[in-house]
Amino acid sequence: MFQLYCPVCREARAEEEFRPKGEARIIRPPVPEAASDEEWADYLYFRTNPKGLHTEQWVHAAGCRKIFLVVRDTVSHEVAGSWALGEAPVVVEGAAEGDSR
Amino acid sequence: MTQPNRLGIGGRIDRSRKFAFRFNGRLYEGHPGDTLASALLANGVDVVARSFKYARPRGICAAGAEEPNAIVEIGATEATRVPNVRATQQALYDGLVATSPNGWPSVDTDLMGAVGTLAGRFLPPGFYYKTLLSPTLWRRAEPALRRAAGLGRAPRERDPDLYDHMNRHCEVLVIGAGPAGLAAALSAGRSGARVIVADEQEEMGGSLLDARDMIDGRPALDWVTAVLAELSARDNVVLLPRTTANGLHDHGFVTLHERLTDHLGASAPLPDGRNAVRSRMHRVRARRVVLAAGTHERPLVYAGNDVPGNFVAGALSTYLRRYAVAPGRQLVLSTNNDHAYRAALDWADAGREVVAIVDARPAPDGDLVSEARARGLRIVAGSAVIEVRGGRRIRKALVAPIDPVAFRVGGPVETLACDTVASSGGYSPVVHLSAHTGVRPVWRDDLQGFVPGEVPGLLSAGGVRGRWTLAEAIADGLAVGCAAARETGFEGPPTAAPEVAPLREGAMLPLYQVPHVEPPMRAPKQFVDLQTDVTAAAIELATREGFESIEHVKRYTGMGFGTDQGKLGNLNGMAIAARCLGQPIARTGTTVFRPNYTPVTFGAIAGRHCGELFEPRRVTALHAWHVERGAVFEPVGQWLRPRHYPRPGEDMAAAVRRECLAVRTGVGILDASTLGKIDLQGRDAREFLNRIYTNAWSQLEVGRARYGLMCRDDGMVMDDGVTACLGEQHFHMTTTTGGAAAVLDWLEMWHQTEWPDLEVYFNSVTDHWAVLALNGPKSRELLAPLTDIDLADEAFGFMEWRTGKVAGVPARIFRISFTGERAYEINVQADCAMHVWQALFERGAQFGLTPYGTEAMHVLRAEKGFILVGQDTDGSVTPEDLGMQWCVGRRKPFSWVGRRGLARPELQRPDRKHLVGLKPRDPAVVLDEGAQIVLEPEIRIPMEMVGHVTSSYFSPTLGHGFALALVRGGRERLGETVYLPRADGRVDAAEIVRPVFYDPEGARQNAGPETKGRDGVLARRPAVESALAHRAGAGAARGPVGLRIEELPFAGQLVLRGRGEDPAFADAVEAALGLALPRTPLQFVGEGARGLSLQWVSPDEWLILVGRDEAEATEQRLRESLAGHFAVVNVSGGQTVLRLSGARARDVLMKSTPYDVDPRNFPVGKAVGTVFAKATVQLRRPSPECWELVVRRSFADYVLRWLLDAGEEYGVAFVSGRSLNEDSPSS
Repeated sequence: MFQLYCPVCREARAEEEFRPKGEARIIRPPVPEAASDEEWADYLYFRTNPKGLHTEQWVHAAGCRKIFLVVRDTVSHEVAGSWALGEAPVVVEGAAEGDSR
Repeated sequence: MTQPNRLGIGGRIDRSRKFAFRFNGRLYEGHPGDTLASALLANGVDVVARSFKYARPRGICAAGAEEPNAIVEIGATEATRVPNVRATQQALYDGLVATSPNGWPSVDTDLMGAVGTLAGRFLPPGFYYKTLLSPTLWRRAEPALRRAAGLGRAPRERDPDLYDHMNRHCEVLVIGAGPAGLAAALSAGRSGARVIVADEQEEMGGSLLDARDMIDGRPALDWVTAVLAELSARDNVVLLPRTTANGLHDHGFVTLHERLTDHLGASAPLPDGRNAVRSRMHRVRARRVVLAAGTHERPLVYAGNDVPGNFVAGALSTYLRRYAVAPGRQLVLSTNNDHAYRAALDWADAGREVVAIVDARPAPDGDLVSEARARGLRIVAGSAVIEVRGGRRIRKALVAPIDPVAFRVGGPVETLACDTVASSGGYSPVVHLSAHTGVRPVWRDDLQGFVPGEVPGLLSAGGVRGRWTLAEAIADGLAVGCAAARETGFEGPPTAAPEVAPLREGAMLPLYQVPHVEPPMRAPKQFVDLQTDVTAAAIELATREGFESIEHVKRYTGMGFGTDQGKLGNLNGMAIAARCLGQPIARTGTTVFRPNYTPVTFGAIAGRHCGELFEPRRVTALHAWHVERGAVFEPVGQWLRPRHYPRPGEDMAAAVRRECLAVRTGVGILDASTLGKIDLQGRDAREFLNRIYTNAWSQLEVGRARYGLMCRDDGMVMDDGVTACLGEQHFHMTTTTGGAAAVLDWLEMWHQTEWPDLEVYFNSVTDHWAVLALNGPKSRELLAPLTDIDLADEAFGFMEWRTGKVAGVPARIFRISFTGERAYEINVQADCAMHVWQALFERGAQFGLTPYGTEAMHVLRAEKGFILVGQDTDGSVTPEDLGMQWCVGRRKPFSWVGRRGLARPELQRPDRKHLVGLKPRDPAVVLDEGAQIVLEPEIRIPMEMVGHVTSSYFSPTLGHGFALALVRGGRERLGETVYLPRADGRVDAAEIVRPVFYDPEGARQNAGPETKGRDGVLARRPAVESALAHRAGAGAARGPVGLRIEELPFAGQLVLRGRGEDPAFADAVEAALGLALPRTPLQFVGEGARGLSLQWVSPDEWLILVGRDEAEATEQRLRESLAGHFAVVNVSGGQTVLRLSGARARDVLMKSTPYDVDPRNFPVGKAVGTVFAKATVQLRRPSPECWELVVRRSFADYVLRWLLDAGEEYGVAFVSGRSLNEDSPSS
């Protein structure tokens, strides 16, 4: 059961309040019709699925309903921090803790 | 009955009272303070179980959670049976009934025992895998094996007891209340931090409950008493005895299982007629966890080490000193360390004979050794017990000098007559919890044990990290408790360590398996894991067969797979594997421990989330009417919808037939309130619709509505619905019932992550609007006199909406039809819905107005070929597959969601599956939904399947069965016959037809006699009903009331959206409301006198509560005052407010929400959106005495039922919402 910091409500909350929204920064090709089938398939289906730090989107479903970014280690589940959309995550290796930024 | 092994003095039992109990049918006696295990030993019960594989007699060998043998089932009746209880952890109560799950016909005369003895040599590890390779054989053999092996079974009757969850938050959670844990709790508690102490035993104190040591010159227990007195007096400390920390999860989340009544009886008692909670799962979020779980003593592995009478040394001290039980007469102690000498000293203190202390070390010399020597106890150095012999009890022990390095016996064997053998091979830190998140424990050579690895937020204290002497453990606990508190920002005064007499202990000698005169494979069985019957020879065989990873050895042999997770034996097994592989233990490593630490009853895991409260049941404002009319309900998503309304004597088919015909020939009405409804406001709302729907929205005029299809970006249909244009910048979208939340999420995701520049706000109005769908040719005639809206087709055409009054209530009517008939979907605020519904029925009697359910709705829509997303689509169906090209806007400028996906070559193939109709050749046949479609009547395997049936019904209107189906290239096959094999071998034939069976021209939507509308028939003023009016009278409490619930109905509620960071916006809001806009997260402000409050929900969303009937005026004032990008949405009908007060209100909240409701975290003036049971609520604190829940109307019934249930033990009173019905004439 994770605890995530919502950068909008500015509090750490239980995982039950959130819903995961997959890998962050998946870029929809700006002119979809110009994208090749391979590029479109890559956008639709292919994800990095890294072992280690991963930037993902979560939505604070029970709270502010805002989507934000979480950088999480997929092995240890340690969270390096949360950022509102539009903020750029800055991750310092090993400097993070679950309940703070 | 006598208790032959009970000592005359000492122990922490109450000899003045006696408890009678039954074990395997026989009656015994014990005392308060006993465990079941200590009472059995006091009564001289040697055999408590038969072993898993060999059916050997087994006795109690330990005194705590690590006990592998004494696993019993508790409970006198089937309904109260609990399997998998360790007798060592079950407190004795009067009338306790316990049985061994294994042993047939009994543990004393076990028939399998003979088989085990004879066949033992032929049951090597992997025997079952190797022999029963074929699945059929395994299926046949398994039940017999299970019965013989005795794994226990689940109760077959419903458990009468209540179980509970409680969410807790603390700075420091201390696990274990032995010397280190108590010390840590003391120093952390003095810092002011919130501290929780959990301990699995009946009383706190851990090893000090049977210690010989003195603290500050007094018995150690005096120190325990003093510390507990201080801790329980502190309001920042919570003490939880009888509470096992079962799982340590991510981010400081720990589950604690508290057994509240298991020591009182088989079922929870009923004080004051209220059900007590039997056990409670505490879901703790701790910023720091102090693991002070201590150690488990390891037994040595020698031949015959499973014969009853074998104990781990420390367990003897526990039984002697804590329970005043000496479970034998003549003791031989086999040890490799000093600490275990305590057992022999305690044994001698009890006046029993110590035959010998056999010490593996050549020259033992610590303080305890000297004491034993001084008391004249015989010490045999450099030796070990290599074998014990006996059947149902030990008769003798074979002792010999050993060479542990060369792993051989180094001298003559001496036989000692005895009935008890205690052994100690060292101490294994209880690292289990530290490994639950996947962190591996770390081997320490100096301790010959694993200690916890680095787990974020976890600190270890005392024995678990090798601080084994009492002085070290207490000092370490004090320091770690202090550090844990400090890390969370709490600094306490320094706590001085009490004085403990130092004890000099000699070093231990690493020893696990004791060598035998025979080589391991030929020696009598040396057990490693007593619960799964794994021997040292089995582990050796596993390594010889090539299993080198300890995880493989575990799976091959079964070591550690028991319910005890190998607490006693695992390390011995690892050491043996390491020896066989010729490598250090550190390299062999350890297997992974997983939650739960000890078995947990399913009841505690489920808590209150079972039965009627298993999941939220959302109900509409008309639910009570449906119930009264005898509707049969079906769950749709979380909603409960009427499926049909059978009349007396009708089955479902007859009811559906009647309902369908009523709609086609007269008029029917459907409660369609469950449809998802989303309000869209903003300059770019129309552009957003263009991007999110497949079809075009640029031309839709105010007053009109349009059907829309939503695709995912891969081009597959995900939802559909009708959206109406309310204003140039204001739209009302409807979604499927099940898709509502997902669609709102979908809109938000695209807006927030892809197109944040579009100015549009989305708000759910699902609960605010009740939808009463009048369908049928006579619908207009029925409705006209009840409304002031002109229903003439020229004034109000198909796919248009109008606003006005229906039965005196403000309404929006949509002329949309899901049946193909003339239809009016009347939308009214939910709290007026019952009034309008009843008014429609009053007038509808003359037209035979018929309520119809979802089943008739399905038939009617399918006759028209209208799809049901999720039934006729499955995530792999495109608009074109459905024949809905007309709904795809190819010329829209923006590349809307799904357009590029639809251009993929796979989706262009002509032989994709198309939605078509199927007309069975036999008109009486109703095809099976999901049936596969083939092209030939003769069934061969394999054969080509070309599609499947998605919807299938009998049509009363058409007089035959019909179906919708997805068929490969179906539109090119019209007129062809296809075949549908049934499971019973019969084959149905059906013709492929167009999917529209009824009124393909669409003439019926305008059918029916002409009339004109007029208002004023109404004799009564509209009545309104609060969300919980139907629960009036619930929760009448007997006795004291700990929780008072009050519905505050009919508040005007508005959602305000806008740019909170814009000062002009904030000023305009303040100007309109006379109250400053809260811009700090989670803040809410209110003026009780005006009934006005303003709550921050997000940086661009606020919830405004105003007085009754003030919503519209307030909305008007806001609209006049605000400019730019904003939205105001009336949700008054969609939400209700529950006020909670009373001394136990906070406890009930803790049972219900994971949010921290401690006043430290939740001051007055705070409001949060959070999870409540399985619903979502706004939780607010308007004053120190009370809390408010703002609940969506459809969830209110579930939330109230939850509160009544969770509050029962404290006493609940409920003041219902009202139903207002001033019965005065209106104009």
